[in-house]
Amino acid sequence: MRLLGGGLLTLLLAFLGLPILLVGIVSFSSATYLTFPPPEFGLRWYRAYLGARDWLDATWLSLAVAAAVVVVSTLLGTLAAIGLARLPRGLRVAATGLILSPLIVPGIVVAIGVYYAYSRYGLVGSPLGLVLAHSCLAVPFVVTSVSASFAGLDPRLEQAALSLGATPFGTFRQVTLPLIRPGVLVGALFAFITSFDELIVSLFLSGQGAVTLPRRMWDDLRYAIDPTIAAVSTLTVVLTALLMGAAHWLKRRGERLHTP
Amino acid sequence: MSEAVAPALLAAPRAPGLNWRRAVPLLLVAPLLAFMLALYAAPVLAMLSRSLLEPAPTLAHYIELAGDEVFLKVFTNTLSTTVTVTLGTLLLGYPIALGMARARRLLPLILVIVLLPFWTSVLVRSYAWMVLLGRHGLVNEVLLALGLLDRPMRLLNTPLATQIAMVHILLPYMILPIANALRQIDPSLARAAAGLGAGPFGVFRQVTLPLSMPGVMAGVLLVFVLSLGFYITPALVGGPRDMTLSMLIAQRVEQLDWAYAATLSAVLLATALAIIALFQRVFGVGTAFRMSAR
Repeated sequence: MRLLGGGLLTLLLAFLGLPILLVGIVSFSSATYLTFPPPEFGLRWYRAYLGARDWLDATWLSLAVAAAVVVVSTLLGTLAAIGLARLPRGLRVAATGLILSPLIVPGIVVAIGVYYAYSRYGLVGSPLGLVLAHSCLAVPFVVTSVSASFAGLDPRLEQAALSLGATPFGTFRQVTLPLIRPGVLVGALFAFITSFDELIVSLFLSGQGAVTLPRRMWDDLRYAIDPTIAAVSTLTVVLTALLMGAAHWLKRRGERLHTP
Repeated sequence: MSEAVAPALLAAPRAPGLNWRRAVPLLLVAPLLAFMLALYAAPVLAMLSRSLLEPAPTLAHYIELAGDEVFLKVFTNTLSTTVTVTLGTLLLGYPIALGMARARRLLPLILVIVLLPFWTSVLVRSYAWMVLLGRHGLVNEVLLALGLLDRPMRLLNTPLATQIAMVHILLPYMILPIANALRQIDPSLARAAAGLGAGPFGVFRQVTLPLSMPGVMAGVLLVFVLSLGFYITPALVGGPRDMTLSMLIAQRVEQLDWAYAATLSAVLLATALAIIALFQRVFGVGTAFRMSAR
């Protein structure tokens, strides 16, 4: 019985994990076409990626857009999370509904909505349009993460600082901010990955002038599949896994700071 | 000193922490609200309004949908894919969640295997299935090598490919809420049931399963609503004739048929909201989407 359960679990976990592992293996193939198992291994497709101007341009654009999204969404989201907890109930519910709604509204609806409006202001095909739209999608992750770290905050620490003569701003800067910093950093990492991996909005907003990495991969997948995309995929998986691992670690550490 | 501090603390308002003036919280939230209203909510609403205002205020676009064969076929296909994928993730996800709840030493490993796909972009995971299911993909090669096939089978660009890839992509959204619910079950309950004579299956059916239902419902809601809007995966691995609502919307935008695209968007959004409202009313799962913050 136990053995049966263990066998089933192993099979299910293989289903979950193997496809991504497979992409990693294909990326080291030496074959010119997609075949499995690879006849020989090599770094050919990584060299192809590093030697292709359009792939590199798309990579830099994605990194730059994601970095800008981190700045915009972390700043706006952190300020909002601080204010949100102290709003009157009715207003708080309405504001939270708007802020978290990008998690529920289907991606295509957001994508064509922003495409419809942004095209009138020349924001299609420009990195700025991508930054603005991606920031709206990233904000829910920042607000939930910062709000969670607020919920675990011991109010006596702030009261103590106030009673010892600190100004409200001084209390915030010297007591509150250091305590919620892990939550802010986790939110920033989520924001980065949200933008870096985003495709549906980019499909409509990229145009010709602002082709992001996922958009470049999409174009490739629709026409010709060569293993360059396996190399790019493997690199992005490693990057996201590292960032998410960092976020996970920060979250754990933040939780430990809050539990007395 | 402490006597001097105490009255000040007692006089402090009920709100924890700083003594904020009334306007400060609003001023902090206002920039984000203005940003999102201008750059996200207003654009989406303006687009949706095209469904009601073209050419003059009218409900005609919605009424026409009832007799629109393309729409009805695509809508039925989207709903049936969503139901299949939800059931598939439940069937495969529950045992994994159970394994996670019972694992001791292997838990970190299982957690990495569950979270790695969770952190990988939908595009990369769809690509993985293109590699697996293609004409010269792993699945065909293995079946050929085993002699089960004599020529490659068409797997990619079929409805089955969409369903398999979507189950794979959405599986973590089912596993994590269920594992969370299972972790919160007091282990002494299962021991008590066993002590009172229940067999392993009886304990599972009468104790573990009912107590994990909140997690199951949260997972079902998440997967259902997320798969309703799927676009990338069906477009890449699905068949050309098995459109989802999202694909039809994108196609109509490319044809600049904004009224039709807006009407379909409103239907898609309303369906998602109706499902969420239903689950909230009937099962009381409202917080599922906060958990979806990965």
